[in-house]
Amino acid sequence: MSTETQSGSGISGDDSLEAAHEKNRRVRRVLFGCAAVTVVTTVAIFLVLFDNAASYFFGARISEVLFDGDSIARTVTFTEFFTGTRWAPDHATPAHGVLPIVWGTLAITIGAGLVSIPIGTATALYLSEYASSDTRNRLKPILEILAGIPTIVYGYFAVSFLTPVLVDGIATFLVNPAGRGLDSVSHHAPGLLEPLASGMMGASVGRYSMLAGILVVGTMTIPMVSSISEDAMQAVPDDLRNGAYALGATKYQVSTRIVLPAAVSGIFASYILALSRAIGETMAVTMAAGFNANLTVNPFDEIMTMTAYLVSMARGTSAVGTVQYQSLFAVGLLLFLMTLTMNLLNDRLKQRFQEEYR
Amino acid sequence: MSSNTSNEQVTDESVNETDGTSDGAIIETDISVDRGSSHTTGHTETIVRAEGLDVYYGDDQALDNVTIEIPEHRVTAMIGPSGCGKSTFLRSINRMNDRIPAARVDGGLHFRGKNVYDDDVDPVALRRTIGQVFQSPNPFPKSIYDNVAYGLRVQGKADGMDLDAAVERALRGAALWDEVKDQLNESGLDLSGGQQQRLCIARAIATDPEVILMDEPTSALDPVAASKIEDLINELVDEYTVIIVTHNMQQAARISDKTAVFLTGGELVEFDDTATIFEDPDDDRVENYITGKFG
Amino acid sequence: MSTKRETDFLADVDLGREKLLNRLFYGTLVVASLFGLAMLVLLLTDVLWEASQALTNFDIDIGNFLTATSSSRAEQAGFGASIIASVWLMVLTAVLAFFIAVGCAIYLVEYAPENRVTRLIEANLANLAGVPSIVYGLLVLALIVNDAGLGSVILAGAIALALLIVPIIIVASIESIRAVPSSVRDGSYAMGATKWQTIRQVVLPQAMPGILTGTILALARAVGETAPLIMVGTMLHATRYPDGPFASFSAMPTQIYNWTYQADRMFNGLAAVGIVVLLLFLVAMYALAGYLRKRYETDGSSISNV
Repeated sequence: MSTETQSGSGISGDDSLEAAHEKNRRVRRVLFGCAAVTVVTTVAIFLVLFDNAASYFFGARISEVLFDGDSIARTVTFTEFFTGTRWAPDHATPAHGVLPIVWGTLAITIGAGLVSIPIGTATALYLSEYASSDTRNRLKPILEILAGIPTIVYGYFAVSFLTPVLVDGIATFLVNPAGRGLDSVSHHAPGLLEPLASGMMGASVGRYSMLAGILVVGTMTIPMVSSISEDAMQAVPDDLRNGAYALGATKYQVSTRIVLPAAVSGIFASYILALSRAIGETMAVTMAAGFNANLTVNPFDEIMTMTAYLVSMARGTSAVGTVQYQSLFAVGLLLFLMTLTMNLLNDRLKQRFQEEYR
Repeated sequence: MSSNTSNEQVTDESVNETDGTSDGAIIETDISVDRGSSHTTGHTETIVRAEGLDVYYGDDQALDNVTIEIPEHRVTAMIGPSGCGKSTFLRSINRMNDRIPAARVDGGLHFRGKNVYDDDVDPVALRRTIGQVFQSPNPFPKSIYDNVAYGLRVQGKADGMDLDAAVERALRGAALWDEVKDQLNESGLDLSGGQQQRLCIARAIATDPEVILMDEPTSALDPVAASKIEDLINELVDEYTVIIVTHNMQQAARISDKTAVFLTGGELVEFDDTATIFEDPDDDRVENYITGKFG
Repeated sequence: MSTKRETDFLADVDLGREKLLNRLFYGTLVVASLFGLAMLVLLLTDVLWEASQALTNFDIDIGNFLTATSSSRAEQAGFGASIIASVWLMVLTAVLAFFIAVGCAIYLVEYAPENRVTRLIEANLANLAGVPSIVYGLLVLALIVNDAGLGSVILAGAIALALLIVPIIIVASIESIRAVPSSVRDGSYAMGATKWQTIRQVVLPQAMPGILTGTILALARAVGETAPLIMVGTMLHATRYPDGPFASFSAMPTQIYNWTYQADRMFNGLAAVGIVVLLLFLVAMYALAGYLRKRYETDGSSISNV
């Protein structure tokens, strides 16, 4: 007890230690700044898109109205923007209906989903439940190459092979034995299939087609579905499988009745991710599907997606102040909000999946 | 190394060491306090004193009203069954418990008369005075030299000192110098488990702390490597105070001067000279535990 | 009830049908798995075929192709200025993205308290990773190129690419930093190291191979990106060697894009050869990342050997 008076022997810290602590605090602030940059980026995207998009609808940017006192003039009404069916903001007789290019994006997204979702899910099931670990270790990285190939290369692939060989081949094949067959089909549902039939009667597919866009975007999103779904399937506890096999279930039954339902939210998350990626996909879809804002369901027609419009109107510095430049941000904002919705949905699903297996 | 004879003797004993819960009869005959290792010559000062110390992890109480006075320049052993709170007590001395978000401490823990949980105590400064050796060796993924020099560097003591000499001194102190002097620039991870643990001890003593906390330092090692560490501990108390948590009662009996027995619930049941604890404990529960009837 | 079940025990089981279904299902899965593989083979074959056709049909001099600037005349056009522009872009992108991303990852793993701000940062990160690359191009076009008046220069392109890959590097870095065992951190704290000393001297060196692997893979993504650069505004033909961050440019992917749309067939051939060069760049980067990862794994196993 006599020693209690020594009191501490310097554990309260001194100046040199204070310097180390100060450094630690400074570093912490800098690192927080780095983290804040990511939030600032999102805020900047919101502000810049809204700010510039305003000039498309009101003739002046929000910032110009606030800081320079510019006046507002209604140039494009929301009614026209959201309900008009012709999109040609830069035309001599301009039209500002965004529907055709929104449809273009949706058509590609839905079509690509019809390719990548079944194929990706089947691939994931094969990798997770059927393939030997050797096959899985070899096939999985190869499929992931599909996701690593630059989209410009897919675009070139569409221009040089898919459209002239595959899509053209399909169109010709459908038309030749078709005379009779198509007649009878279109007889039952003329409204929907007439443009399809007439498009195919034309037989020669142009340089661009919805189908080519669907095929490239579908292909490039396969690995997202297969990889993430397979991870979700692998996370299903083996006890569940063993329980089912012990009851005499076949692999098919285990796959479809045990693994798929147990991994379902993880699998759905992969679908959302693939669809979100398809919405934002730019180069491949531009080079495959084209630049013509058609409201069409004919897969052999040229269409224009929102991203293709952005690419076609990109002029760097030269176009500032023109309606083309302003329209970029109106379309960009819409695109951003669409992918944001998908991302939030994906986040929600992923969380649910993690909760299921905690 | 110190002496080959004592080395062999310890190794022989180690053959029987499995864990604290082996057959009671064997333990009873085996446990004899090695008085040669005791340093009980006269009165020494208290360096760490707990008073009514409670530690909680969330709603679970890990230490219950622990009061103890740990003497300077002695080996004090903490024994008891798993989950009894002995490691928690160790971690509360150098405030490593602060790293567990749910941990909460009540009561006093005094180091040289200063409550380490006072507001003006800096845990970083505290840890520079109290070193720790962990259960499994955790050398940094750096060279042997950099591992030993690490503490001196982070504590700002490396400037203007003979770092080479300090590293050599620490490695000699940890009885590792002869084995590694030609490979100081190789990774600490390339050493064997026992060498890694001695490297961690060298790392701890390089900064010349006052107390070294050891949390089951030999439990991940083979008996031969463990006996080397035990020999080392006997030498360390000349300069440092050693507080060691161990599962192994023979080890406590061999190397410690004082022994504290914790039992389930975080209660410190008995604290006395090691000889008293193992030969004539006051508390029946301690006797039962020592003889293998409990825990 | 139970006796009935016992007597029907084998009679009811139609294993033939189950087995057939199982086999059909298996066949479907295999065919589906091969689709992706087939498309990959088709794509690579197509590119290599077009490139080799171009080399023989148009008598392209590879030396000239790799070093010359592009031109409106296909016979003289080369890829050199675009390669240099892409290298500039990669270096600037790496510098801009790396420190911010690693800083953010360190903050989130080591410093961030469990509160609303942290959750916001994490949720936002997941969102940023899903923002289409072309939107980053739009952001830079408005904010940097026009409002700030920087113009359509390499630095502007690099900013867009950096914004794009920051979330990717952050995710990879967080993983690597989390993988550093806590026993090593404890060892450092017990030595009286401050948090930053622990991170700087113990955590980061051990996490660095993983962080670098993630960074290289992210840069591989960036070097093939086309859309953000088009939005920022690149030259139709890279007719000048870029002399720094403030030069106008056309990088490899944008040059390929422009060549693909020229009427002259020889330009289309040049695009194919350009793609082969671009893919070789990517192969080299993936190989480097794979090498780093492998070395990292050896380190990891030596820890577990102990």
